[in-house]
Amino acid sequence: MRGVQERLGEIEQLGVRPVAISVDSPEESKELCRKAGYTFPFLSDPNTTAIRAYDLLHKGAGASGHDVARPAEFLIDSNGVVRWVNLTEDFRVRARGDEFLAQAKQLK
Amino acid sequence: MEQRRRNWHLWAGFLLCVLGLLSYPLLFVRWPVTRDVPWANFVILAVGLGLLISGLRRAYGQSQQFQGRIAGPILGVLSLAVVGFFCFLVFFASKQLPKAAGAPKIGDKAPEFSLRDTNNNEATLASLLAAPLPNSAAPPKGVFLIFYRGYW
Repeated sequence: MRGVQERLGEIEQLGVRPVAISVDSPEESKELCRKAGYTFPFLSDPNTTAIRAYDLLHKGAGASGHDVARPAEFLIDSNGVVRWVNLTEDFRVRARGDEFLAQAKQLK
Repeated sequence: MEQRRRNWHLWAGFLLCVLGLLSYPLLFVRWPVTRDVPWANFVILAVGLGLLISGLRRAYGQSQQFQGRIAGPILGVLSLAVVGFFCFLVFFASKQLPKAAGAPKIGDKAPEFSLRDTNNNEATLASLLAAPLPNSAAPPKGVFLIFYRGYW
């Protein structure tokens, strides 16, 4: 997310909107954005409806044993069609800002 | 009888091992280049273990001059436990993710959703694809969905 924020201007220039999704509440996400300086939308999925719709549920992996999302990134085009999927196999290893920028460039 | 010298290699080695573990979540995770392959932490841990070995050699090989025959093995075992824990985390624990075999694939229609943003306003995939970006009048060409684990 830090990488996305660093390249946010360039990504938006290419016409792509980054959106972050987690089980955190709107208030918790707001606090995170304030602390970390994130200025793109953060959505709250406490009931994991979107997370399950994308088959990303990681049962019991939260700090207090609650369900969370496994990390994943998608690029959706204006027709609502998936154009890029990144399912990391290691939650420490995430797509970098450069990767997002490269994928946004592919979208015509 | 001459006082034996303090064996600081042992203590510095142990402290470096602890530092090698803690500096990952506290510092090196911030930059992809030190996050994806935690080489900086491996360097710190290797120096720590090197100092420990040197300290143990002094404690047993030059026991007339150096202390550490009791502290040495204890610090050595603790340091190995710290290094082992770090390796467990980065080589095993962080790879325990669900397969997500049913996740949307390239060419699939992305599932619609309706969630709340940080101002408690409703946001759907359709609305994210329709609303213009900041400093723009046109709707976006696309949306990156970035699912993450959350912090609380």
